[in-house]
Amino acid sequence: MKPRAARRRRQSIFRVTVVALIGLFFALPIVSMIEFTTRAPGGGRTLDVWATLFDVGVIDADYPELKTGILASAGLTLLTVVIMLFLLVPTMTWVRLRLPALRRTVEFICLLPLTIPAIVLVVGLAPVYAWVAYFLGESSIWLAFAYVVLVLPYAYRALDAGLSAIDVKTLAEAARSLGAGWPTVMWRIILPNVRTAVLSASFLSVALVLGEFTIASLFSRDNLQVAINQLGHRDGSLAIAAALAALILAFIVMVAMSFVGTGRRSHRPEEN
Amino acid sequence: MPATRTPTSDTAARSGPGQGVAVTLTDLRRSYGSIHALDGLTLDIAPGEFVALLGPSGCGKTTALRVLAGLEDADSGRVEVGGRDITAVPTSARDMGMVFQAYSLFPHMTARQNVEFGLQLRRIPAARRRARVADMLDLVELSDHANRYAHQMSGGQQQRVALARALAIEPQVLLLDEPLSALDAKVRVQLRDEIRRIQLEVGTTTLFVTHDQEEALAVADRVGVMRAGNLEQLASPHDLYARPATPFVADFVGLTNRLHATVEDDRAQLMGTWVPLLPGSTRRGAAFVLIRPESIAVTADPAGRATVVTASFMGSTGRLHAVTESGETVLAQIDNDTVATFNPGDKVTLVPRPNPALAVAAEEDT
Repeated sequence: MKPRAARRRRQSIFRVTVVALIGLFFALPIVSMIEFTTRAPGGGRTLDVWATLFDVGVIDADYPELKTGILASAGLTLLTVVIMLFLLVPTMTWVRLRLPALRRTVEFICLLPLTIPAIVLVVGLAPVYAWVAYFLGESSIWLAFAYVVLVLPYAYRALDAGLSAIDVKTLAEAARSLGAGWPTVMWRIILPNVRTAVLSASFLSVALVLGEFTIASLFSRDNLQVAINQLGHRDGSLAIAAALAALILAFIVMVAMSFVGTGRRSHRPEEN
Repeated sequence: MPATRTPTSDTAARSGPGQGVAVTLTDLRRSYGSIHALDGLTLDIAPGEFVALLGPSGCGKTTALRVLAGLEDADSGRVEVGGRDITAVPTSARDMGMVFQAYSLFPHMTARQNVEFGLQLRRIPAARRRARVADMLDLVELSDHANRYAHQMSGGQQQRVALARALAIEPQVLLLDEPLSALDAKVRVQLRDEIRRIQLEVGTTTLFVTHDQEEALAVADRVGVMRAGNLEQLASPHDLYARPATPFVADFVGLTNRLHATVEDDRAQLMGTWVPLLPGSTRRGAAFVLIRPESIAVTADPAGRATVVTASFMGSTGRLHAVTESGETVLAQIDNDTVATFNPGDKVTLVPRPNPALAVAAEEDT
């Protein structure tokens, strides 16, 4: 019994140590950011920077680039998620139903952006965006097209897991045989059953868009990260506070994601 | 958006004593690359009739059902329901109820919501809808499971709800695609009988696809045996068993002995006894006779010309394998209480009963 208890204790210590190290790895930068943003000029602590960050009037008047960045990122997030969902959900469902042979090809295409560095993507997208600017104007919102490409791998994986968990073909055929057209099948049968996957894909996209800097910066467009970078030249503390707030927002979104859609399946099937 | 239809308006257009309509499949062809899943299939189903399609894997029975449902397009041929050509009509407008092999209840809906789904699409008023759902759940004896989700029900219950859902829309044709194959043996028999009871009650024309011959023979008015994309024989269960039209049907349905015989006109000499032959048999010369185990009488006889190999107790019957002097193995069905009187090595006399059998020329046999 003794060697077994000792082994268990060693394993327990090992687990705690690993978790503590990983926690430290994530916590240290965040704690440092908090420490930096709460420093008072003459020593001590103050929440002035955070008060400024959440004071809409001050931000509007003194830090317009931050306001522009926040609004641009909010719009980009929304449009990216909408385009991504409209593009991926019907396509992936259709491929499963009618073109299963194409599944690997679609997967390959969707995962491709993972292997392309952002700078290469920008070089490739530059001529495309010349046309986008020509036809649609130079608004930052059109970065959403590039962001859809960026989020494809993550969104694809999340949606693929959701669609794999249900028998899409049988459910769609059952609904069709009962008189449902394709829009009804998608809206009333497929979507409710991949709700968690859709939310996962959306939240991952939100997190990615909120943190994107390279493409926006290289295309000289506005978004939150570009604004934070610009703000850093003027007010380091506020820039760090804004970055931390964005991080916390993304964190809250991710935590919300893990709680959504897990409440229903609790009963075991009964015997006949 | 689906067309607005009501069960009552559909019912008015139907013929026959029940609510069934005639179904005609004409010269249906469907290929997947070089594989011909349907190779000129023609099938007529009478109003209110329950037809089962039976056959080995890959024979085209499920493809036939899916073409009728509109879930697959035929390369050529015609599908008519109630005299109307629906070959080009999409699935959603065909007005057919379907129960699938895989569990197909919508997981995010309760049993009640599942049954209600098709009625909502048809814009049935809420009060009538609720009454219809209650009737259907009552029909499948699951009224007390109305608020359960699929994952809260057993496989058998799920398939019964799927049946209720399919029938709720008062379909012109009910399509059953191996709905019992995922269930355990006891539930399968229960649900099989229940399906037949319900079909007789509602009178809907029904096409049932299965690879289980016992299932097909037990519930169908007529059974079609399919092979390589076409019907080998379509007949009542009794005729199919007692009067197989082809060697394939004789082999596929039930157990069959394939024994050497000499044919002369409409009879064959088999183990020293003359046996009448079925239409379609070869008429002269050396042949194989396809004869059922229950058509062979076995008597213990020390001077007999066959030797018992095994005698097995099968519960309600007994089964005896014997080998003849010529080396042919014969399977006979005997009473369960006489099985114990036979031992391996015993001599027996085998006498074919005068039931009509099918004979195929020896050179044709494969």
